[in-house]
Amino acid sequence: MTGPVLARRRLIAAGSLATLALPFLVRPAAAQERTLLNVSYDPTRELYRDVNAAFAAQHKARTREDLRIRMSHGGSGRQARSVIDGLEADVVTLALGGDIDVLAEAGLVAKDWQAALPARSAPYRSTIVFLVRKGNPKRIADWGDLAKPGVAVVTPNPKTSGGARWNYLAAWGWALAQPGGSDATAQQFLTTIFRNAPVLDTGARGSLTTFVRRNIGDVMLAWENEGFLAQQEFGADAFEIVVPSRSILAEPPVAVVDRVVQRRGTAALAREYLEFLYTPQGQAIIARHGYRPIAPEHAAAADMAKFPKAELFTIDDVFGGWGPATTKHFAEGALFDRITGGAR
Amino acid sequence: MSATAASASGWRFHRPTAVPAFGTAFGIAVAGLSAIVLIPIIALVLKGADQTWASFAAAAFSPRALAAYRLSFGAAFLAALVNLVMGVLIAWVLVRYRFPGRRLADALIDLPFALPTAVAGVALATICAPNGSVGQVAAAFGIQLAFTPVGVFIALVFIGLPFVVRTVQPVLADLEPEVEEAAALLGASRWRTVTRVVLPAIAPAAMTGFTLAFARAVGEYGSVIFIAGNKPMISEIAPLLIVVQLEQYAYGAAAAIACVMLAASLVLLVISAAMQRRLEREGADR
Amino acid sequence: MRLAADTRPALRDPSGIAWLLIAAALAWILLLLVLPLATVLWEALHKGLPRFLEAVKEPDTLASIRLTLLVAAIAVPVNLVLGVAMAWAIAKHEFRGRAMLTALIDLPISVSPVVSGLVFVLLFGAQGWLGPWLQERDIKIIFALPGMVLATIFVTLPYVARTLIPIMRRQGVDEEEAAATLGAGAWTTLARVSLPNAGLALLYGVLLTNARAMGEFGAVSVVSGSIRGETNTMPLHVEILHNEYDEVGAFSVAALLALLAVVTLVLKVWLERRMQARAGVGG
Repeated sequence: MTGPVLARRRLIAAGSLATLALPFLVRPAAAQERTLLNVSYDPTRELYRDVNAAFAAQHKARTREDLRIRMSHGGSGRQARSVIDGLEADVVTLALGGDIDVLAEAGLVAKDWQAALPARSAPYRSTIVFLVRKGNPKRIADWGDLAKPGVAVVTPNPKTSGGARWNYLAAWGWALAQPGGSDATAQQFLTTIFRNAPVLDTGARGSLTTFVRRNIGDVMLAWENEGFLAQQEFGADAFEIVVPSRSILAEPPVAVVDRVVQRRGTAALAREYLEFLYTPQGQAIIARHGYRPIAPEHAAAADMAKFPKAELFTIDDVFGGWGPATTKHFAEGALFDRITGGAR
Repeated sequence: MSATAASASGWRFHRPTAVPAFGTAFGIAVAGLSAIVLIPIIALVLKGADQTWASFAAAAFSPRALAAYRLSFGAAFLAALVNLVMGVLIAWVLVRYRFPGRRLADALIDLPFALPTAVAGVALATICAPNGSVGQVAAAFGIQLAFTPVGVFIALVFIGLPFVVRTVQPVLADLEPEVEEAAALLGASRWRTVTRVVLPAIAPAAMTGFTLAFARAVGEYGSVIFIAGNKPMISEIAPLLIVVQLEQYAYGAAAAIACVMLAASLVLLVISAAMQRRLEREGADR
Repeated sequence: MRLAADTRPALRDPSGIAWLLIAAALAWILLLLVLPLATVLWEALHKGLPRFLEAVKEPDTLASIRLTLLVAAIAVPVNLVLGVAMAWAIAKHEFRGRAMLTALIDLPISVSPVVSGLVFVLLFGAQGWLGPWLQERDIKIIFALPGMVLATIFVTLPYVARTLIPIMRRQGVDEEEAAATLGAGAWTTLARVSLPNAGLALLYGVLLTNARAMGEFGAVSVVSGSIRGETNTMPLHVEILHNEYDEVGAFSVAALLALLAVVTLVLKVWLERRMQARAGVGG
């Protein structure tokens, strides 16, 4: 009978495999260092890579202490949910004020978080622009052109992407401001746009892949900074940026997660980290990555020259803040669901 | 539960002690299943039930949810059907014929298991996009593959392929050649032998494979979202809808949709178990 | 091992049909399996091997490789024990509720990966049932290794049992009964009779579990928190690199996973051959 021999051999084989794998599994012991976890939304990877390096260097110079800032990126709503579910974020840097409001409701962040830091806790701003293919073959100049027949609009899904909510609200705000504009005409306008959307990716980065690599769609709605980054990554001749006549002033907010920093004893450090974003050095890095700094005087002139002038409205002006906007547009069965035919 | 207690329910061979360690095996199996599968699932069901019927129904049976179920279950069924046919065919070819590259082909079957679903999704989307290698060909015929329900179907065919092949293959290999020889000697044509002797013998396994491929496809997420298009009412799958609900902090709604999918899967599994038993019994009677 | 069935005249299919079937099978495999694999490898390597190696040597990538191996190293043995126990109970015994148990084993396959992650969030999340209790004691499950291991075990639970059950059932219980008659204990019977008999299926089940454990995306992504360099497994890292427009990096990690899988499959084929050779000598 060969069974027992085989069984033993197999055991030996499995054992030796496991032994071989062991060195890979043992992590080198981490040196003593302080850490911060920054839970952020998708497009800020490049920004915070530089911010973190600069802040850690500054911290080291001042305190001789090694600081490692850990990053987690993902869709803004999903990131907020992870923090609610127990992801130990010292700070959150998200796409929407609404997502931090949810954290405040859960008792993780102070209710008045928006007053905790300057400029309503938004150290950088952005807006929504159009990306069109080289030469702008469909001649897209403003929002109204998106509703033309035969124009395919690429945007992520406002249900899963913070950036897409800004897209949606920007379009709505433009439609309202048109002569004779009302909620009804705005809804009609957005219905047409979403009917013209061939794909609704779950995140902004997915949409860009669809638009650039898969060659789908005529125009893509994107964060301004994502537009710059995409031109940098894929070459300026790949597509052009079109700035609409009127768009939304996006204010991606930041906040210290009080409940976590109290437990971890990182309250002061976390606050310093966020305050660093407002320093001249921080503002310069922000501008370099295509976000609009709140203190443009600290940014390099070349970086500031990138930002086109446009009429920008705030979410508070037009929608009365994130709370009302979410209830009216993005909640289950609300306007967005009706626009895409998902609600009765 | 002990072997003696189990023996009260009746042994097949009426030799209660012949195969030992029923209690231990059953104990480990039940304990493991409870801890890892049952308790979490119960938590999910309770979460789904922890709301009024109206809010449950609003989330679980909205037109958008219904469209998502239709797509998820419909595409999964079609994909599993294709996999049933192609899987049996491939298993047959791999077991019964010797040809150059057979071992390579055999080893490749497991690829959909080995390739992370997200990677598969990206790869399939790259291939099927209008500017991809296959997508170009399809586009020439005016067919769009990626970002349509067809894309969902393609991804589901991909991930489901190994199930049928791998369940049918060992049974086919273990099939006593004597039975086929006897049938042939008795004058049955090759076709008759295959359809009357071979297919019934592998039917239970094929059925298992079909159900597994189907069940797995219904819930598939990673490979599908890249190629689906994700448009509400058109190319949005049910698991994505769960994610969408989660990202709006609607745990209850997410749990409600999850519960509907779970219930549907359970019903399917029970049906398939019953069919399998019948097929096995028929196979034994033959 | 008996020879190929088609060497017996009575079982031979007309060669035209045989070649047609072979061609159909190969074409299907080529289109559905080889093409995606080739695409992954091409995307990873078309910028040259140095770029590939550079991408793989990146610290966050190495961390994700380590984490993936660690998760698999815990999940696979657990599932091996559970799978053998379940298969032994279901295939070699008759008991009430056997069909129930069988269906339960299949459940993780039919539960969407997203849901598999969700259930653990509902249980162990800060808002979940056990969340507050765990938080008081500073025990981290979700967004840490235990949660990822649990989700992986959940998702890969069925594979060992699923591959063992059909073959164990077909083999019946004669040999086990004989062993018992000869006075063999349960452990001896399992280790010397049942498992060796089901050898290939067992091995296949383990390999499958391992491959799925390393490649799981949906469930792990829900419980990972995707902290760079810490809670990113390789599949999650692929997505992250993809989202950073680092296509070469993303496909490099993907290719590594595919390569790992190919090595596993080669290993399987090699073992299969050795066993056949051995059986040939022995029998």
